[in-house]
Amino acid sequence: MHTGVDTVPSEQSAAEEGRTFYRSLVVRRQLTLAALALALFLSLCTDLALGPAPFSIGEVLAALFTPEDVSQQARVILWEIRMPVALMALVVGASLSVAGAQMQTILSNPLASPFTLGISAGASFGAALALAFGVAIIPTAVDYVIPINAFVMAMLTAFAIHLLSMRRGVTIETIVLLGIAMVFIFNSLMALIQFFASQQAVAAVVFWTMGSLTKATWPKLWIALGVLAMVMPLLARHGWALTAMRLGDAKAESLGVKPRTLRLEVLVLVSLLAAIAVAFVGTIGFIGLVGPHIARLLLGEDQRFFLPGAALCGALILSIGSVLSKVLIPGTIIPIGIITSLVGIPFFLFLVLSNKKASW
Amino acid sequence: MVTLTLDGLTARYGRRQILSAITVPPLVGGQVVAVLGPNAAGKSTLFRRIFGLLAGGGTVRITDAISERPVAYMPQETGVNAVLTVYESVLLARMQGRRLNVKPEDLAEVDRALDELGIVALGERDIGDLSGGQRQLVGAAQALVQNPEILLLDEPTSALDLHRQIQLLSILRRLAKERGMLVIAALHDLGHALRFTDQALILQEGRLAACGATDDVVTPELLRRVFQVEARIESCSRGRPQLIVEAAI
Repeated sequence: MHTGVDTVPSEQSAAEEGRTFYRSLVVRRQLTLAALALALFLSLCTDLALGPAPFSIGEVLAALFTPEDVSQQARVILWEIRMPVALMALVVGASLSVAGAQMQTILSNPLASPFTLGISAGASFGAALALAFGVAIIPTAVDYVIPINAFVMAMLTAFAIHLLSMRRGVTIETIVLLGIAMVFIFNSLMALIQFFASQQAVAAVVFWTMGSLTKATWPKLWIALGVLAMVMPLLARHGWALTAMRLGDAKAESLGVKPRTLRLEVLVLVSLLAAIAVAFVGTIGFIGLVGPHIARLLLGEDQRFFLPGAALCGALILSIGSVLSKVLIPGTIIPIGIITSLVGIPFFLFLVLSNKKASW
Repeated sequence: MVTLTLDGLTARYGRRQILSAITVPPLVGGQVVAVLGPNAAGKSTLFRRIFGLLAGGGTVRITDAISERPVAYMPQETGVNAVLTVYESVLLARMQGRRLNVKPEDLAEVDRALDELGIVALGERDIGDLSGGQRQLVGAAQALVQNPEILLLDEPTSALDLHRQIQLLSILRRLAKERGMLVIAALHDLGHALRFTDQALILQEGRLAACGATDDVVTPELLRRVFQVEARIESCSRGRPQLIVEAAI
């Protein structure tokens, strides 16, 4: 300190110390992101290799990079059948995790996720309307009735929360409570649908709510990827402001951030992300909650690393889940929503409990 | 040098009037101004009104500022939830409104702010692990790193030990002189105000009770009227004014 009485280290050495530390921190985080990306690639290759007709990783790599060197059959299986499913796992995992990460950020709540805010429950209700009674909220092609119903209901839920949260005096705690209230409302409505629907329809609804990647197609994948590719840069643009939001509204405001405006904008973006993901694959609750927590443990909360980290962690969890769903019971593909929770939660608990530093 | 003028400032929360017609003659850079007053006098509200976080009547006029964002504000609240190191949290304050890539000069500013406040050693620590006093110093660094011309500090010494209080106020006084910065700090310790500040604004129930050179406005009569204490002000052997509080009224 420059008080005139204290002995102070020279400015040069102090400056070097801080900068050196920060630069090594950045390198460490870049390496972590690279390791996650590599793990994701390996998981994707494994996911592609597994199935009724198994392939070696070498064959998968050949089909990826020199498709003309593999048989027509392998090309069709890998590119036309397995690739959309495997990539959908990555895109949906990334979307749900990023949505959860930013909901946790803007609401300063470790429990916030598309699942706990009622967005997934809204989507399930929309899907159930189509599955049980053939109701199409917006008339559309048969293939897309369920996802569009799910999407519309998810977005309506998100807008209901937005409208209520814009009222004067509504705090971020109230927004979380509103989300939980939404979950209960939709759960009751789902129970009502199941009470009136046929046994066959109930089975279809239950299966949908378990979450499944098997209905993925290239067009659905492009839509989900397109939304993710559009939302990510918009979120990244607010990187510094979003990081500041974690210091609390008062602190963020003092740094020039407008918390209410930012919160609304980000809530719209991540609702879109979550709604699209849930609409195509059903309810997968665990990713949006845990993907961000793992990213936070590994990378901290500087959004320049946290945002891609959350995307990579979510994608990796769902991709590994997809692999496990094929290998746990040979010959059976277990719904992905079951696998991610059953296998992922013990792993997550291990990470949280073995970490000595606070993760929230 | 930068100049701040407050003209008829008012502010209200709902129906409750918090500030009434605060008019302060031009405060010029290079000096430290104390904002004094009992609890709930409107000190924090005045800062929020000056910084533009609260709408209200009257005008806040800043003249002769060089930068686009001349004012930095350190609120009382110190955010501690985020998983960030001290270095990152100060860099974060520097980078608001800027592009995502960090330039060497940004790191240099962070280093300078940490060094000025003597908290370089805290750089690697997680902000969640800091004591209240350390958080307050980090908050001051977050304000300083923005290179403000007007620095608003809401009770910057409330969680600091005596040694750190004296150090921080000495640093602020030196920086005000060196950089031509106008430092406005809410303080509860009137002794510190007498020793370290050039001017004082005294608030009482949202009104300006007095304003002027600190030595002139902090008087036994004002202490009795606004702070409800019996006190005398004497000169110590070095000629500095000393506040001796005898009793609460």
